Amino acid sequence: MAEDALFSIFMDGLFIKNFLLIQFLGLCSFVGVTKDIKSAAGMSGAVVFVMAMASTVSYLLYTYILVPTKMEFLDLISFIVVIAALVQLVEFVVRKNIPSLYRSLGIYLPLITTNCAVLGAVILNENAGYNFAQSVVFGTSAGLGYTIVMLMMAGIRERSTFVNVPSAIRGLPQAFFIALMLSMAFVNYFWVIPI
Amino acid sequence: MSELVTLLVKATAILGGLGLAVGVMLVVASKKFKVETNPLVDEIVEVLPGANCGACGYAGCADFAERVVNEGAPINGCPVGGFDVAKEIGGIVGQEVAEGEEQYPFVRCNGGLNCVDRFEYVGFEDCKAVMMLSDGEKGCNYGCMGRGTCVRACPFSALSIGEDRLPHVNKNLCTSCGLCIASCPNDILVFAKESEKVHVLCMSHDKGKAVKESCTVGCIGCKICEKSCPEEAIKVTNFLAEIDQEKCTACGLCVEKCPQNTISIR
Repeated sequence: MAEDALFSIFMDGLFIKNFLLIQFLGLCSFVGVTKDIKSAAGMSGAVVFVMAMASTVSYLLYTYILVPTKMEFLDLISFIVVIAALVQLVEFVVRKNIPSLYRSLGIYLPLITTNCAVLGAVILNENAGYNFAQSVVFGTSAGLGYTIVMLMMAGIRERSTFVNVPSAIRGLPQAFFIALMLSMAFVNYFWVIPI
Repeated sequence: MSELVTLLVKATAILGGLGLAVGVMLVVASKKFKVETNPLVDEIVEVLPGANCGACGYAGCADFAERVVNEGAPINGCPVGGFDVAKEIGGIVGQEVAEGEEQYPFVRCNGGLNCVDRFEYVGFEDCKAVMMLSDGEKGCNYGCMGRGTCVRACPFSALSIGEDRLPHVNKNLCTSCGLCIASCPNDILVFAKESEKVHVLCMSHDKGKAVKESCTVGCIGCKICEKSCPEEAIKVTNFLAEIDQEKCTACGLCVEKCPQNTISIR
């Protein structure tokens, strides 16, 4: 039962509750850093790390510090502190080891702090009442779902620069059309609309 | 009351403790992952105006500073900062700057209300939009549309469209970044140095008759200025007078002689 539940939570995060295309969280990075696969992959790696770590740390924080002291109302602010610290950590590491990626991500790397997808994952964990393993699995799979969509989007956008489209649609409008079609595909395949 | 106090103390302790723990972790991490940056780069970033307008051709002020130090980008590359900033950067990296003359965008059209409209344009107030309709409603196909695309392109609000439907440059606000020049669909704006006093305020290559029909101040290519100039600085090619600024002494003879008042001295 337990393993089965973990697997279904994993698939939830990956497809059924996909953060970008079904819950529409973290969209600014979705449009902003998907111009090429390399920076999309770098951003996704950072988000996966931050989401997984934030889920872990905030679960421990919530269950072992906030709940026993009856300070549950501090959840938002303490989660934000945790996420901000993790983002800083990622920024240090990326800046040290992959300076070219640091430059191509630009403002979007520090913006993971305010990336609603990360806070969303943490809050959803809390609301669903997941235990430790479930929280970690959901956080990680949400990050991986983000990665899948980011890579698909970046791949399509890289190739679509060679397509002849009217100049009015070139650039960001084209990205929005691509996002629309990707989202329709995701909704139809992984999240059947009840009629 | 005491309940409230304990609540406050507890909340402060938890958030404070969290902050402390996170802070300590970050300090350790920043020591461990310290990136050796050239201190010169930071110094140059301090000096730069920080507008991040991209007029230097690099991604932003920080990028420009890095290129100056590492790849030998020109120290006077920042048009916003101008000569003062170039001098300070030169002081930091140990280079001398030759004093360049300030240059500002200059409007090469005096059409505006002097120019006849062929039809009444109703639509989006943008020069590029106007130009899509058979090169604009003006009788002249070379002139200024006066719809303020350059005004909106200027991040420093140095341009404005005046009563005469022509853009005017406020030199106090202008930083010579060139964004307005890049935005103009008809190439009306060019950089002109302060010392260049005499200018032809027309870009029309149309024949004299066509110009006279559409515009009262356009160049008709009559060559009177060319003949009147003692320095032979003016040449009329393809029905348009051009001034060789190197030869021009700003004597003003051509300005007096021009029958269309196209040439102006400032």
